[in-house]
Amino acid sequence: MKSLQKMTWMEAKLFLREPMSAFFTLVFPLIYLFMFGIISGNEPTPQFGGQKTIDASIPGLTAVIICITGLMSTTMALSTYREKGVLRRLRTTPVSPLVVLVAQVIVVFAMTTLGMLLLVLAGTLVYHVRFDGNPLSMLGGYILSSLSFFGIGFVLAGTMPTVRTAWIVGMVLLYPMMFLSGAFFTVEILPAAIQKVSAFLPLTYVVNLLRGLWFGDSWSQHTIDVIVLAAMLVAGVVVTVKLFRWE
Amino acid sequence: MDTIVLVKGLRKTYGAVVAVDEVSFEVQEGEIFGMVGPNGAGKTTTIECLEGLRKPDQGTLRVLGVDPQQDSKILRQRTGMQLQQSNLPDRMKVWEALDLYASFYPKAADWKVLLAQLGLEEKRNAHFSKLSGGQKQRLFIALALLPDPQLVFLDELTTGLDPQARHAIWDLVRDVRARGKTVLLTTHYMEEAEQLCDRVAILDHGRIVALDTPQELIHRLGAEERIVFNLKGNLPASFEKLLTGDIRVEVQGERVTIHGKNGRQVPLVSEVVTLLSSQGIQFSDLRTEQPNLEDVFLNLTGREMRE
Repeated sequence: MKSLQKMTWMEAKLFLREPMSAFFTLVFPLIYLFMFGIISGNEPTPQFGGQKTIDASIPGLTAVIICITGLMSTTMALSTYREKGVLRRLRTTPVSPLVVLVAQVIVVFAMTTLGMLLLVLAGTLVYHVRFDGNPLSMLGGYILSSLSFFGIGFVLAGTMPTVRTAWIVGMVLLYPMMFLSGAFFTVEILPAAIQKVSAFLPLTYVVNLLRGLWFGDSWSQHTIDVIVLAAMLVAGVVVTVKLFRWE
Repeated sequence: MDTIVLVKGLRKTYGAVVAVDEVSFEVQEGEIFGMVGPNGAGKTTTIECLEGLRKPDQGTLRVLGVDPQQDSKILRQRTGMQLQQSNLPDRMKVWEALDLYASFYPKAADWKVLLAQLGLEEKRNAHFSKLSGGQKQRLFIALALLPDPQLVFLDELTTGLDPQARHAIWDLVRDVRARGKTVLLTTHYMEEAEQLCDRVAILDHGRIVALDTPQELIHRLGAEERIVFNLKGNLPASFEKLLTGDIRVEVQGERVTIHGKNGRQVPLVSEVVTLLSSQGIQFSDLRTEQPNLEDVFLNLTGREMRE
């Protein structure tokens, strides 16, 4: 327990010392929030299907943070640890390497949450955002979305041969998802052919679930989102357990 | 004295490649035991089998009385391991690494003491990536000493270090032994093995070709000594004939090397110097060279040790 505590604290410090991950998780979403705010204020807009820009972009940008921490932060941290032999060194001690994986999940989750709280705080103070949902439902949807995306990160880190390939694959998955999932603007304004693509992007389900819960939808309106994300989570855990290479 | 490590008939293959074959040796409590040989000789494979990181194909292994495969957890608590290819995260600070790794052991040594003993106090707040090669290795030794281990494994500890840093590390390893710990190390520097180890196993192509104290290995060579000097002008053709005993003269440009057997009545060096003076031959930079483990390896395998 003491090991996990120390490891988690250590990983948190390392996360914040890595300028890329700290920027993309904590600062980048705020930049987008203020950009939306400057361009259209918190007014109803066709960009978000008639909903107010900032109200709709907070759950959308939260989905973006989840996507970045899942695909980039988790993937990079763990594949670097393997390639550099950090995991190998841990194997010489009595501590289980699982501790580093658990610490990683805790830290990435905490940082994602911090990024989301900064968004909510900025939205509330500057743009007086409205939240129509149930906080507990929102929290549940947020946890499910985060964990299912961390699962993708673990699978990438555990199966890609090098840091470089993990990074490239992460990027290739990240960009289309950010722009075609409805996070920055609603999918309905995209051409029909591209709308079809978005149905295959895991992030689409995160955006739908979080935005729905934010505006007060019930869980039963989002059964498909929940099924897809839960299936991803289970698949991620199974693949990680089966295929994760420590060296 | 207790046997700390026992290896009997170790064999390990990777596919069709036999990395280690019929390797047997014992390490006694309190000694510095070295495995030396060129890259690919099987040193790291052997040490990693002993650390429980690799599974041997054949052979009996006992480390601190337990089987490294079955009781790897016990070994990890009671031995310190320095691995050849492993690292720490770039932005982890020296003190943080020690503090973190100390939390892995039920009865860890005081890392603040180790920090001072290994001369890392100034670097306490430095990021791992900012350390020099020698400082990194000192940190790794500190990490290996955290469990207050009976046995310390050091794999290629000084590879890539400059000579000064290497000598400093040797002193540290001697300190470790002076604290009653047993050290099992690998190196591809013959000089390191000779300077540091109480006993040395020379490995080549996965087998032990010799095992003894460095002095005994050299002595057994029935060894020769060498006199080396630089010459202005030419060596008279009769020079070689004027020296007594079984000698051989080699001339490369202005450098002359005279090989002679050990244990002569008149030391070779005084005979050579007398002869040079009496003939009025101008020479400079004369020195004698004793045989070393490098020569032992050459003699045993017919090859130079160089990578």
